[in-house]
Amino acid sequence: MATAIRPSIADVWHWLSQVPDPEIPVISVTDLGIVRNVDWDGETLVVTVTPTYSGCPATAVINLDIERRLKENGIESVRLERQLSPAWTTDWISAEGREKLESYGIAAPVDGTGAEGRLLKRIEGLEGGAALTVSCPRCGSARTDKVSQFGSTPCKASYRCRDCLEPFDYFKCI
Amino acid sequence: MVQATAMQAVVDRAALFDFLLGMGDNTLILGHRLSEWCGHAPALEEDIALANTALDLIGQTQLWLGLAGEVEGKGRSADDLAYLRDARDFRNLLLTERPNGDYGGTLMRQFLFDAWHYLALKGLRSSCEPRIAAIAEKASKEVAYHLERSRDLVIRLGDGTAESHARMQEALVDIWPYTGEMFVSAAHDLVLAAAGVAPEPESLKAEWHALAAETLRAATLEKPEDRYMHKGGKRGLHTEHLGYVLAEMQFLQRAYPGASW
Repeated sequence: MATAIRPSIADVWHWLSQVPDPEIPVISVTDLGIVRNVDWDGETLVVTVTPTYSGCPATAVINLDIERRLKENGIESVRLERQLSPAWTTDWISAEGREKLESYGIAAPVDGTGAEGRLLKRIEGLEGGAALTVSCPRCGSARTDKVSQFGSTPCKASYRCRDCLEPFDYFKCI
Repeated sequence: MVQATAMQAVVDRAALFDFLLGMGDNTLILGHRLSEWCGHAPALEEDIALANTALDLIGQTQLWLGLAGEVEGKGRSADDLAYLRDARDFRNLLLTERPNGDYGGTLMRQFLFDAWHYLALKGLRSSCEPRIAAIAEKASKEVAYHLERSRDLVIRLGDGTAESHARMQEALVDIWPYTGEMFVSAAHDLVLAAAGVAPEPESLKAEWHALAAETLRAATLEKPEDRYMHKGGKRGLHTEHLGYVLAEMQFLQRAYPGASW
């Protein structure tokens, strides 16, 4: 019996870097940092994915897109595993991903939450969203106002720039 | 996984199941209530914000009820538990099934719930049951945003016009008698608190009261006196409102069993 040659893990990561986020297609699932691990279990490729938000409707589409892209590259057996902990944080968005967001007109998350949990500290300190400075992705001005904490998707807030007067989305830190 | 299996042996399975149903039913019923505003909220941004909050809550419901089904071990999925149980088997707080009222009423209910929800999840992050800690860790971050938003709006509307102030005060008086239930222990709560799975509800009371009092003060609203508190939801004894919620929410699965798309 001929053994199929398994593609390298590096190749798999490369293919995954070409799977766009369905809601924000300028960034990929690897830019977002939601692919946590890739490994072989015998002849089956196991891809571990963590959800962005619990109720994000894009999650199912992302899983289908990942599976389709890998099958296109000749991997016949793929298993997707969901990992909840450690919970996804916007700190995992790559530097390249941040640049892509900014040039697409979405302000990248400004305050990390990661290990030290700044989001939670802000809430518990009752500082409110006003404590945050979000710069306009178009003109760079720091004179911006939050219009609404929730924008077109749960992961974004709506902002407005007081200098160039343009509205824009802000990718909330979580 | 080894840890989780060992834990199941130690903790009373029925108590754990009841507790998980409570968490999932709270988010399911409140998420459904919020979704009733979709297309009706007073401003587009508010409409979107409430729909997004509902989405977070329904997402969390899938995690809690999914785990409840796993713990029960009878092959019931999160969908089965959501769509195929009757009111008597729901374990949500009565607060979450209260009708929306006006927009102020919805926001007041939301703030009082969010403050409790945030503190409950904070305690659950250090649960000795790793699957519960993982869900709490995930949900905490989403709920932090819910709390930040509802608190901000309660302050703005309470300390707003004479009309908005009066409506917020009325909403507060109306909903306050439903807050006591959050801190009442059901039998399963005591079992889980002793095992280190979940904090005892009573232990969240002081911090919740401090947070509520601080926010209501900033909103220039008067905190009602603690008098009679309604309870029973955690034991399956609900107000008449839950039946109407379920009639709408479960209609499709009841009329066309197993329908999917």
